[in-house]
Amino acid sequence: MITFDNVSFSYESGAPVLRGVSFHIAPGEAVGLIGANGAGKSTIMKLLLGLLPCTEGEILVDGVRVEKKTLPQIRRTLGFVLQDSDSQMFMPTVYEDMMFAPRNYGLSKEEAEQKVDAVLAQLGLTELKHRHNHKISGGEKRMAAIATILAMEPKAILMDEPSIALDPCNRRTVINAINGMRMTKLIASHDLDMILDTCSRVLLLSGGQLVADGSADEILRDKALLEANRMELPFCLSGRH
Amino acid sequence: MDKINHALDEFREMDALAAQDSPIHRMHPLVKLLITLAYILCVVSFHKYQLSALAVMVLFPILMFQLSGIPVRTCFYKLRIVLPLVCAVGLLNPFYDRAPLLQLGNITVSGGVVSMITLMLKGVFALMASFLLIATTPMDSLCAALRKLHVPSLLVTLLLLTYRYVTVMLREVSVMSDAYHLRAPGQKGIHISAWGSFLGQLLLRSMDRAEDLYESMQLRGFRGEFYYAEVPKCTAGAVAFALGCSAFFAAARCWDLPQLLGNLIT
Ligand SMILES: Nc1ncnc2c1ncn2[C@@H]1O[C@H](COP(=O)(O)OP(=O)(O)OP(=O)(O)O)[C@@H](O)[C@H]1O
Ligand SMILES: [Mg+2]
Repeated sequence: MITFDNVSFSYESGAPVLRGVSFHIAPGEAVGLIGANGAGKSTIMKLLLGLLPCTEGEILVDGVRVEKKTLPQIRRTLGFVLQDSDSQMFMPTVYEDMMFAPRNYGLSKEEAEQKVDAVLAQLGLTELKHRHNHKISGGEKRMAAIATILAMEPKAILMDEPSIALDPCNRRTVINAINGMRMTKLIASHDLDMILDTCSRVLLLSGGQLVADGSADEILRDKALLEANRMELPFCLSGRH
Repeated sequence: MDKINHALDEFREMDALAAQDSPIHRMHPLVKLLITLAYILCVVSFHKYQLSALAVMVLFPILMFQLSGIPVRTCFYKLRIVLPLVCAVGLLNPFYDRAPLLQLGNITVSGGVVSMITLMLKGVFALMASFLLIATTPMDSLCAALRKLHVPSLLVTLLLLTYRYVTVMLREVSVMSDAYHLRAPGQKGIHISAWGSFLGQLLLRSMDRAEDLYESMQLRGFRGEFYYAEVPKCTAGAVAFALGCSAFFAAARCWDLPQLLGNLIT
């Protein structure tokens, strides 16, 4: 589904951010992307979506190379939940925001509305439907942002810090929502507990390189590995409670 | 903060007004746009002394208020900031144009006073008509109508995005002004020494935000053309209404209706 082949990247000004990163994600897999601040997690997502140009190496999404002329196809395949929901929602109401993608992809108003209602029901957000985007709480906005992406029915979903700044209850809602999705998932986060709950496999980035790639259980229990890369054991495995 | 939130709310209220239901709301946006344009052009073209002829034009907004169910109060409340400006335009006329024009009992009215009132009425009428158009037509439908008139899609998209974007920018202002006031207690407004950095920051943030939003739109299939809102069908009734209005505008423009009426009666 998603393949990175020896990808290196640096922003115009400065040191390389990614160096020779390679991995492959199979359809239906749920993968956590972890690493300290500035490790390059968001950069990987932006490269995948073609928001940044891939200059070295090759990136494939669903067998299609990510380059300028394939972008519409790539973006149809991938749904991206941004780190900051405020940047994602631009229509006046949740409903209109959710209609945006399906309508752009040529669905009729009725079809799109059916889809929107189904997603809202699935996430238990029906009462948010006609609320104004600037009058809902941060957690509700995050859920709404996820809903807007699900409404476009992507084959794979990318999420950048989906659990950040959520209360335990909303965090749990997001985790349940993620676990309820059947598509391929790539989730970047520092919230290792959430990764453990939602992903079967983990990619660990450090200093622009992929330092570990394996089952979530193994990597997230490897205290030495995590600490060497400026992270800690997930709280639930740390034995402190 | 309160002021900005208030501004945001007022913005939303316009959306809410436009989402109501009435014969006028259901009318084809293009028809409404054309009628409004015709009305404004007609109003503006009256001669500066044609006060009585111009006064008849008030019938159109009155009819629209009646049919759309939008309270006149709301209109004047929303326009409270621009109305005085428009009215101020003609204030100097009475001083320049002192030639007597008409005699009401033993009061002589100069040309300047008449032209001042005419100018004010023109402004108020044009504003009311524009308000009625916006208050009965969602922005998306209005843009769809503009596209039908073959206004370039770039311009229309720009208009729609600007409209959407104003709220985003207001939100940004609100966050920044909160942050400022939390560290400058007891200050009213933003101190002049901070304006430079405040505006600079606002610009940078807005640009960042705009870029993010644009990316997020592209990721959801946006290719430079909004799917514009479902446009209601153009009914025979709407066309008849448009023709009726135009005929009335033309008649009011060509003849001084109140005078004709007066002549008939006497
Ligand atoms: N627009 C940019 N221009 C230049 N350098 C950038 C830009 N965006 C990010 N970087 C740099 O690239 C590196 C990787 O950034 P990235 O945002 O991918 O990290 P991240 O793993 O998502 O971090 P975080 O966990 O804090 O979100 C950082 O060192 C950052 O300073
Ligand atoms: Mg990041």
